Amino acid sequence: MSLTLETLAKAFTGLMPEKPVPEPVPDTPEAKDSAADAPAKDEAPAEPPAPVPPFFEQVDFNLRGFHLDATVLPDQVVPVASLLDEHGFAIDAVTGVDWIAEEQMEVVYDFFHPTEPWRVAARTRIPRAQPEIQTISEVFPGANWHERETHDFFGIRFLGHPDLSPFLLPEDADYHPLLKDFEA
Amino acid sequence: MNKPKLDLVPTGPPAAPGENETFVLNLGPQHPATHGVLRVKLTMDGEFVVRAEPVPGYIHRMHEKMGENRTLPQFLPNTSRIDYLSAMHYTHAFTGVVERAMGIEVTPRCEYIRVITSELNRISSHLVWFGAFLLDLGGFTPLLYAFDDREQILDLLEGLTGARLTYCYYQIGGLYNDVDDAFLDGTREFVSYMRPRLDMYRKLVTDNIILRKRLIGIGVISQEMCRKYGAVGPVMRGSGVAYDVRRAEPYSAYPEFDFDIPVYDEGDSMARYMVRMEEMEQSLRIIEQALDKLPDGEVNVKVPRVIKVPPGDYCYAVEAARGRFTVRLVSNGKPIPYRLKLRTPSFTNLSLYEEASQGMMLADALALMGSLDLVIPDIDR
Repeated sequence: MSLTLETLAKAFTGLMPEKPVPEPVPDTPEAKDSAADAPAKDEAPAEPPAPVPPFFEQVDFNLRGFHLDATVLPDQVVPVASLLDEHGFAIDAVTGVDWIAEEQMEVVYDFFHPTEPWRVAARTRIPRAQPEIQTISEVFPGANWHERETHDFFGIRFLGHPDLSPFLLPEDADYHPLLKDFEA
Repeated sequence: MNKPKLDLVPTGPPAAPGENETFVLNLGPQHPATHGVLRVKLTMDGEFVVRAEPVPGYIHRMHEKMGENRTLPQFLPNTSRIDYLSAMHYTHAFTGVVERAMGIEVTPRCEYIRVITSELNRISSHLVWFGAFLLDLGGFTPLLYAFDDREQILDLLEGLTGARLTYCYYQIGGLYNDVDDAFLDGTREFVSYMRPRLDMYRKLVTDNIILRKRLIGIGVISQEMCRKYGAVGPVMRGSGVAYDVRRAEPYSAYPEFDFDIPVYDEGDSMARYMVRMEEMEQSLRIIEQALDKLPDGEVNVKVPRVIKVPPGDYCYAVEAARGRFTVRLVSNGKPIPYRLKLRTPSFTNLSLYEEASQGMMLADALALMGSLDLVIPDIDR
C-alpha cells in the first residue's frame, strides 16, 4: 500500500481554508457586561453547531461504506476531482439528494481507488432554487453520463457539460422525477 | 411536452465536397447484438465507426423513485430485477447496506450460503455471456452448450429459492430458508460436472483460431480509460487492474476463501474473454471450499419488526457478475428510505464505448460491445 489515508487527508487539508482564529474576549469590564447581556450559553448546552463547509472527516468504513467524507463548497468540486485524479482515483458515481425542507440540493461524488482500498465521498450543497454547479466531466470523462442522469432526475444544471439532453428519461421529458415535490 | 425531434443527422463537422461523407446507422433499439433494448446511433464512414453514441433509457423503470415510495423489505424484490442475470449479488448489496446501517450481524452459516449462491449465480451469468457473445461473433453452437450448463444452475437455485432468475432469497438479517441436502449434493455434483466442461470450452472455443483472430487486439481499453470512466469488473481486470470488490473491500465470508483474481494486461476483447472464463473456475473453487467448511447453526438472526435505518448516509458494494455494484442509502430515520442510489456496473462499462469504438470496423465494434457484457436493464434501471 503506497497511498495512506494520512497522505490523502493531508492533500485535502490543502483545499481547506485556514480557519480564522477566534479573537480572545478582552478581559475588560465592558466586555464582561456585554457578555452578560448575551444569552448565557453555558446554561443551555445545545448540540454542537454543525461545522461549516468545507471540512472533511475520516469515517468508519464498516459502518458507512467509505473512508473519507468531504463536504466542500460548490466551487471546490473541480479542484477536489483534480486532486483525487492526481492520486489515481477512479470515478464511481455522481448523484443528487433533494433536501426540500432546507431548500437545498446535495450533489454527491463517489470515488474509488483501483489499487488501494480507499473510498472517498465528496458532497456539496447548492440552492434548490438555482441548482447549478460546474461539471467535472473534463477531469473524469466518465462523469459525463452520471451528470446527465443527475440532470434528468433532479434538474441540476452542470455548467460546461457538453450535452444535458434527457438521457434515461424520454427525449421530450421536461420533468425531474426524483424531486420530492414531483407528482406523476 | 416538446415535440420529439428526429435526430438522424450525422454528428461532427460536415464533409467537404469530394471528401468522404458520413452517414448515420441506427443500431437498435431492437437488435440482436445489443442484447436488449439499447440503441446506438452510429456515425459511419463506410465500414468504419466515426462516432458511436449509445442512447439508453428504453426500459427505464425509475427503481430509485420506487425505493422512495416503499419500505426497505418491500423494495427487496426490485433489486433482483435491475440486473436479472446476477440477481443474487444485487439482493446481497441491498440487504448488506441495511444490515450495515442497522448493525445487524448475520450468522456464519448464512454468509457461507450467500457466498455459494452468489458464486453459482456468477457462473450462470457468465455462461449466458459466453453463449451470447459467441453468437454475436457468428458461432451458434456454444450457446446451446452454455445454456445446457446454465440450466443445471437454474434448476439448483429453483429448488432452493423457488425462482429461476429473479431470486429474492436473501433477506435482511438472513435468508428466506435454509439449504437442504438436495441442494448441497446437487451443487457438489455440479462442481465436478462443470470442471470438465470448462476444459472442453477451452479446447473447443478458446483455442479456436477463428475466435482468436476475431478478438486479439480488438477493442483495446487502456488502464487509464478504465479509471477515467470508472469501468469495473472483468472490463477493468482485462486491462491489467486487479480490482475486485471481494478483495478490495472484503464483505461477507469472502476473506475466508482461497481464490485468485484473473488479470490480463492486454486490454483487448480476448483479455476480457479470458478473465470471465477463468473467473468461472475460481467460482467453482470458492463453492467447493464453502461446501467443505459450511458451518452449522441458524441462518437467520432476529431483526426488528419494523426495519428502520438510523439517519445517515451508507454505502455497500458487492462484486456482481459485471463488476462493482453499490447501493447508497440516505436515511432520515423513517422506514421508507429518503434516497436510494443504485450505482450499476453496466452503466459505467458502456460509458467508455464511445471513446473505445472510435475508428473501428463495425463488426469489431460489435465484438467490443459483446465483450463488455452489458445487461440493458442494469444501465436503464
